[in-house]
Amino acid sequence: MNFLDLIWLIPLVPLFGAAVMLFFGRRLSKAAISIICPGAVGVSLLLSIAAVIQLAGLKEKIHQVTLFPWLPLMKVDMAYLLDPLSSVMILVVTGIGFLIHVYSVGYMGHEGGYYRFFGYLNLFVFFMLTLVLANSYPLLFVGWEGVGLCSYLLIGFYFNRKSAGDAGKKAFIVNRIGDAGFILGMFFLYQLTDSLKFTDVNEALRSARFGVEHSFGLLSLTALLLFVGATGKSAQIPLYVWLPDAMEGPTPVSALIHAATMVTAGVYMVARSNALFQLTPETSFIIAGVGAATSIFAASIALVQTDIKKVLAYSTVSQLGYMFVAAGVGAYWVAVFHLFTHAFFKALLFLGAGSVIHAMSGEQDMNLMGGLKNKIPITFRTMFIASLAIAGIPGLAGFFSKDEIIWQTHASPLGSNFFTVVGLITAAMTAFYMWRLMFLTFYGEGRMDEKTRHHLHESPKTMTVPLMVLAAGSVLVGWLGTPKIFGLPEFFRGFEGWLEPVFEPVKALASEGAEQPEHAFEWFMMGVSVVIAIGGIYVAKYMYTKLRRDQRPSGGMLYPVLLNKWYVDEVYDLIFIRGLSLGGGGLFAKFDREVVDGGVNGTAWTTRFVSTVSMWWDTWIVDGLVNLSAFTVRALSFPVRFLQTGLLQSYALAFVIGLLAIFGYYWVR
Amino acid sequence: MPGNYMPSAAELFRFSPELLLTAAGTLLMIFEAITSPKQKRSLPVFAFLSLLAALALAVAASSDPGPAFNRMLQVDGFATFFRVLVMAIGAVTILISTNYLKQAEHEGGEFYSLVLFSVVGQCLMATANELIMIFIGIEVSSIATYVLAGYLRDDKRNNEAALKYFLLGSFATAFLLYGVAWIYGTTGTTNLSGVRGVLLDPQNAPNAILISVALGLVLVGLLFKVSAVPFQSWAPDVYQGAPAPVTAFMATGPKAAAFAAFLRITMWAFEPVKNHWIPVLWFTAIATMIVGNFAALRQSNVKRLLAYSSIAHAGYVLVALTAASKTGTEAAMFYMVSYAAMNLGAFAVIAHVARKGERRVEIDDFAGLGNRQPLTAAIFTVFLLSLIGVPLTGGFFAKFYVFKAALDSQLIALTIVGLLNSAVAAFYYLRLIVIMYMQPAPEGVDTLPEPSLGIRTALVACSLATVVLGVFPSLVLDIAGRGASFIR
Repeated sequence: MNFLDLIWLIPLVPLFGAAVMLFFGRRLSKAAISIICPGAVGVSLLLSIAAVIQLAGLKEKIHQVTLFPWLPLMKVDMAYLLDPLSSVMILVVTGIGFLIHVYSVGYMGHEGGYYRFFGYLNLFVFFMLTLVLANSYPLLFVGWEGVGLCSYLLIGFYFNRKSAGDAGKKAFIVNRIGDAGFILGMFFLYQLTDSLKFTDVNEALRSARFGVEHSFGLLSLTALLLFVGATGKSAQIPLYVWLPDAMEGPTPVSALIHAATMVTAGVYMVARSNALFQLTPETSFIIAGVGAATSIFAASIALVQTDIKKVLAYSTVSQLGYMFVAAGVGAYWVAVFHLFTHAFFKALLFLGAGSVIHAMSGEQDMNLMGGLKNKIPITFRTMFIASLAIAGIPGLAGFFSKDEIIWQTHASPLGSNFFTVVGLITAAMTAFYMWRLMFLTFYGEGRMDEKTRHHLHESPKTMTVPLMVLAAGSVLVGWLGTPKIFGLPEFFRGFEGWLEPVFEPVKALASEGAEQPEHAFEWFMMGVSVVIAIGGIYVAKYMYTKLRRDQRPSGGMLYPVLLNKWYVDEVYDLIFIRGLSLGGGGLFAKFDREVVDGGVNGTAWTTRFVSTVSMWWDTWIVDGLVNLSAFTVRALSFPVRFLQTGLLQSYALAFVIGLLAIFGYYWVR
Repeated sequence: MPGNYMPSAAELFRFSPELLLTAAGTLLMIFEAITSPKQKRSLPVFAFLSLLAALALAVAASSDPGPAFNRMLQVDGFATFFRVLVMAIGAVTILISTNYLKQAEHEGGEFYSLVLFSVVGQCLMATANELIMIFIGIEVSSIATYVLAGYLRDDKRNNEAALKYFLLGSFATAFLLYGVAWIYGTTGTTNLSGVRGVLLDPQNAPNAILISVALGLVLVGLLFKVSAVPFQSWAPDVYQGAPAPVTAFMATGPKAAAFAAFLRITMWAFEPVKNHWIPVLWFTAIATMIVGNFAALRQSNVKRLLAYSSIAHAGYVLVALTAASKTGTEAAMFYMVSYAAMNLGAFAVIAHVARKGERRVEIDDFAGLGNRQPLTAAIFTVFLLSLIGVPLTGGFFAKFYVFKAALDSQLIALTIVGLLNSAVAAFYYLRLIVIMYMQPAPEGVDTLPEPSLGIRTALVACSLATVVLGVFPSLVLDIAGRGASFIR
């Protein structure tokens, strides 16, 4: 059987699951739902594995399946593309997606709206697979918007909590800003290359028509606009603000959407467009800069958070920053490699946190935990492995990918020592905050109240088995990308080789600088990062097991700054929302209530600003005109009895003004 | 025109849809007088079927395109496209209206015959190749619509809406007619092809100032009809005051026909002097998008909200017109189809939720709809997502093609303003979705009956159209492309 021609089934099976939930979900029993929805993703997983195995057997590792003509104007068909890059992505999405579906069977067992949850989740998997299997930018965008929509629905799943609804709205709206950039970028790309199909665009960009753009020009602008889209979806500065709030959603959602898959869509898109980014060193530098800034900034916030999910959320933002650093310095395969390993250990951490919260009867504050080590041993052991992996302990997945990124910031021609230093500091912070989480949660004395303590229990098998599988992954998958200097057989460096056809250097670059081997220095750097990781863990251990609470260093002035996330939400709030209303008095107070609430972002600000203006326009100009014409009528004729007439006249007056404006235009031109 | 002029059979066939609808409308008035109240139930069925028959005739007539009545009408792919569209809009309007009129205890054949007459006027606007015919079409369509807006005579809001619409509509038409007179004075003809011929003729090119004045006056009339800023002020008041099914009709049918006439006048007759009207439309498009979207943000009445939203959508279509290219025309045509589908659907939901006497038209009245009638809410969500412009809905491709056309014509600033606007628009549509799904229904609300058969049919048809346009846009785009080639 030729599974390569069946790749369109991979996204379609979960869509079918979602449709069943929509139409029959209400009538189906929980048992049936628990089979249908995880089963649909499981079928996709099997189809994906089969297709990827057959892909590996092809000489030219690319296969496209056209379903039907779609946008004749742009010469784009509804077609799916399987190549090494999308094969990595579908395996992550279906594999981890399947585990998380299984986990959700246990986790969501006691919640209402069971069918609704699984329907959304399956729909999400459909859109995510469409995103990564698309063969063109427009189809990718369909998936891109679709996952955003599902994320919005799932964040707001607990819709009776106002904060959940707000968080969903914030995510949707911040992403719309990014999307505007993406669409514009797409249009520019079409103007430049006359196509939006990945194969055609890349071919055009790799041809002699385009050269490397050393100063900021049209190519760089296009690349930058696409990257703006990526900052929205992948939560980078300045559009990262939605991701921490998105933790309002159920924990499996955080694991699937906000750690392993959707948030990596931006990284995927940049990797997919590598031919463009290779030509634009200026934009690439911006990407690496934004990535580095985001990674250290988010890591610093994670140092002091007390909500277990918030720590992981900021950690995700920080790790995504690493991926963009890698993409920015031109090491695209490393970015995808880190995406791959991160999906395992971060999904595991989130699911583990879910298991902890489950055991703690819903409590998320780490200050009220402690001593859970023996109460929930499987959760503890699996999270222990994941925390070692993310901290970068040799032999585990995170070590290989993170170390490669730090090395590339030094070795790549686009790199800079500045990024290296930032990467190392962030690594130290990562080790510290992750182990702070571990020590606060699992070690020491329990700080929970009696009722919760009495209730502590390990989670059911449906939850712990996925944890164990992911833990195995967190140990093993890194070995697919060991550094060259290890001198291991080809298999252990298979990841880079597998992706090679996708990240072929553009012609203009191919001749430039062959890498100088610096074996000794690479060993040295590796040593430094291992020391840093162990140091971070040790400091956390010392602070959170040896010292009593009042003995711990407070961090002085910095502590409140970090605790309040550098006051970014407040600053956005101040600049974009309050700033305008100062001195406005009652008029603006009314507005604060009326216009969409709580948004702390540019759009909200623009909205408020312009609707303030339009309200001002209404009160002064429109009403003014009414009054003016009423006044005219009053002055010229009988006292006005019918306000209606005044209103109509003012409308008619607007007509005349409009006509005069047109005439005036013809007059002056 | 010679006094003993007799139209040929081919010409009559090209004009047959309008003839059929006029006859059907007249018959309806007669039936209204002579049937018993029980038999009156079949009047909307009759109107609906005659619209479908006329639609079939229009499609059949497109097999033999050509002029009719001394080149006053031009039956071509472009005309057929809009004729079919306005007839379909009329048919859906009838589906939405039946139950509404029953609730209002105002069932009557004249409502349906007015709809048919209005559709005839709109067909004329789409087919006309002659400024006078366009004027007549506008009047036929508008006068019927004025009456429809005030159909529930005892309702104060209806009366106010009808009067406002009538007064301002007459005012605007006066500008248009005055402009036509100027055009006749400058070019010696009112035939669109004739005007084009004169403008293209380098020997006796007309005075630029005179043409500008004429063009300005005509533009005012047309911009009023499509509710573009600053001629939009009537729309919110009238849309809010009129009965919901009539609002659905007014927001889609006359607007589509007006854009058809707009396209023929700008892209065919006045295409040679396009640098005269492009800047005007450029500015109007920006102002219309901004005013429509930002005013919509503050509305609490759903009908008024959609009224402002429809102003904003007219702004996007004007962007396509500003592009002044074949792609732009296609984009505008595609936009009108998806706009009609999602707006008719949205208004159908409003007519359904509003219940008797339209007491429930505030945004808060939609709270908890997701729980009470999940399917209705889901379908409404499809329309709202399409209005936002989310992919896989018609609304997405409508905007997509418009902005593509604009970029092809180097209108970069216009595109950016448009994209930012569509980001802002997400706010107020999203608010409705949030309220439907995330707020419980208030205590002690009267129960919401299941939607009637007519509303259900309309909802299914509109949502299907919205989704099909989003998944297979080429189905309609190909036809639009062929139609657009008849003008430019």
